[in-house]
Amino acid sequence: MRETSSILPLQVCGLSCEIDGARLLENVSLDVATGGLTALIGPNGAGKSLFLRLCHGLLAPTSGTVAWQLDGGRRSGKKRHAMVFQHPMMLRRSVVDNLIHALATAGETRGEARRQAVAALERFGLAPLAKRPARNLSGGEKQRLAIARAAVLHPDVIFLDEPTSQLDPGATRQIERMLTELIAEGTTLVMATHDLGQARRLARRILYFSRGRLIEDAPAERFFTNPASPEARAFLAGELVW
Amino acid sequence: MDSGNAFVAALQLIAGFDPDFLRVVALSLRVTVTAVLIAALIGLPLGALLALSRFPGRALVIVLFNALMGLPPVVAGLIVFLLLSRSGPFGPFGLLFSPTAMIIVQAVLVLPIIIALTRQTVEDLWREYHDHLTSIDLVGLRAIPTLLWDGRFALATALLAGFGRASAEVGAVLIVGGNIAGYTRTMTTTIALETSKGDLPLALGLGIVLITLTILINAAAYGTSRIGIRYAG
Repeated sequence: MRETSSILPLQVCGLSCEIDGARLLENVSLDVATGGLTALIGPNGAGKSLFLRLCHGLLAPTSGTVAWQLDGGRRSGKKRHAMVFQHPMMLRRSVVDNLIHALATAGETRGEARRQAVAALERFGLAPLAKRPARNLSGGEKQRLAIARAAVLHPDVIFLDEPTSQLDPGATRQIERMLTELIAEGTTLVMATHDLGQARRLARRILYFSRGRLIEDAPAERFFTNPASPEARAFLAGELVW
Repeated sequence: MDSGNAFVAALQLIAGFDPDFLRVVALSLRVTVTAVLIAALIGLPLGALLALSRFPGRALVIVLFNALMGLPPVVAGLIVFLLLSRSGPFGPFGLLFSPTAMIIVQAVLVLPIIIALTRQTVEDLWREYHDHLTSIDLVGLRAIPTLLWDGRFALATALLAGFGRASAEVGAVLIVGGNIAGYTRTMTTTIALETSKGDLPLALGLGIVLITLTILINAAAYGTSRIGIRYAG
């Protein structure tokens, strides 16, 4: 059950990140409000994944701030933002035990964690796989499990780093169905993707990154019909902008 | 007695459940199993802690534990002997020439193996799990149970490696146990003694048990890894 007080909006201010002397993200500022899917697009090395990792707290910025409405993106001491990675990492356990582990870590009792895990598997159509070793699943199944594992914690925001980049159209459709469900129930999604069709189908807002800079921040419809920056126009036209 | 007859006599000893023979086997197993359990209780958390912690001199500690995996048993035996001897710091406990002393020295030999292999296993797992575990706020010491559980099949192999080293050991238990008949005489020390006395059937019988044990340990290690692949992926 989603609680009423949200950790959003997320306010990112002057975010920069330097790794091994290379400036990989440069002075990014934006807000993320509640609801919908915000898609991060742009060429490889544009800083999309890095931006997600900084927002999720996996990395510390060189300068700038990531500020949540509720302190540290937590409510009642629990982290209320989750992340799904491009290469989903599965624990060496069964499918259901992967969910139970996440829930137990978040403070649920073992019995309650099992109940919620089983319910989540039913909900996302993963119940037939419950007892299979998670690491033996197909790429699409693993990614669906990774999203279920993030969603089962009822976060306000889920960051997704190219979740369908290595999947076929069938698996991509299943993932997009899951994401649409999550959006419908009020989860805010922030997703990096190289799939412009996917961004068109799912996003209501586009953040176009290039060379570590946020070049354009626009409603999806406007971005795809009339991008403001020449670079975004060239990117959408399929030119090699990098 | 020629070696053929000695071999037949050895098999008769095993098949006949000779009480003296069984006592030696039982003591050896009790000492080694206890030593491995103690070493595991200390070594698993310590190895995991070493894998996750960062401090000045950590590389030196890792090299030291890796080097101690090859600690010569007689040196370990000598050190434990000095510690437990009447003039040593633990002399008043009167542990020298007892099964407890043999457990201690075997635990000393097995501990670096368990620490070093646990450190490597947990460090590899942490590298792989880092993003996910950090994402769900499972970091630092709190991550250790998850990492140990997920490394359980590799760690079971480490424990079996430790068991193999301890069960085959002779020099250290001879020094601290004294090879007292019916009290501290293990399979390996008995083989050494009986061979020098020319009593080949008993030495051969124990040798067969020891080799069988080694094969079983290796089979268990192989089976454990297969089970791991099948059930944990």
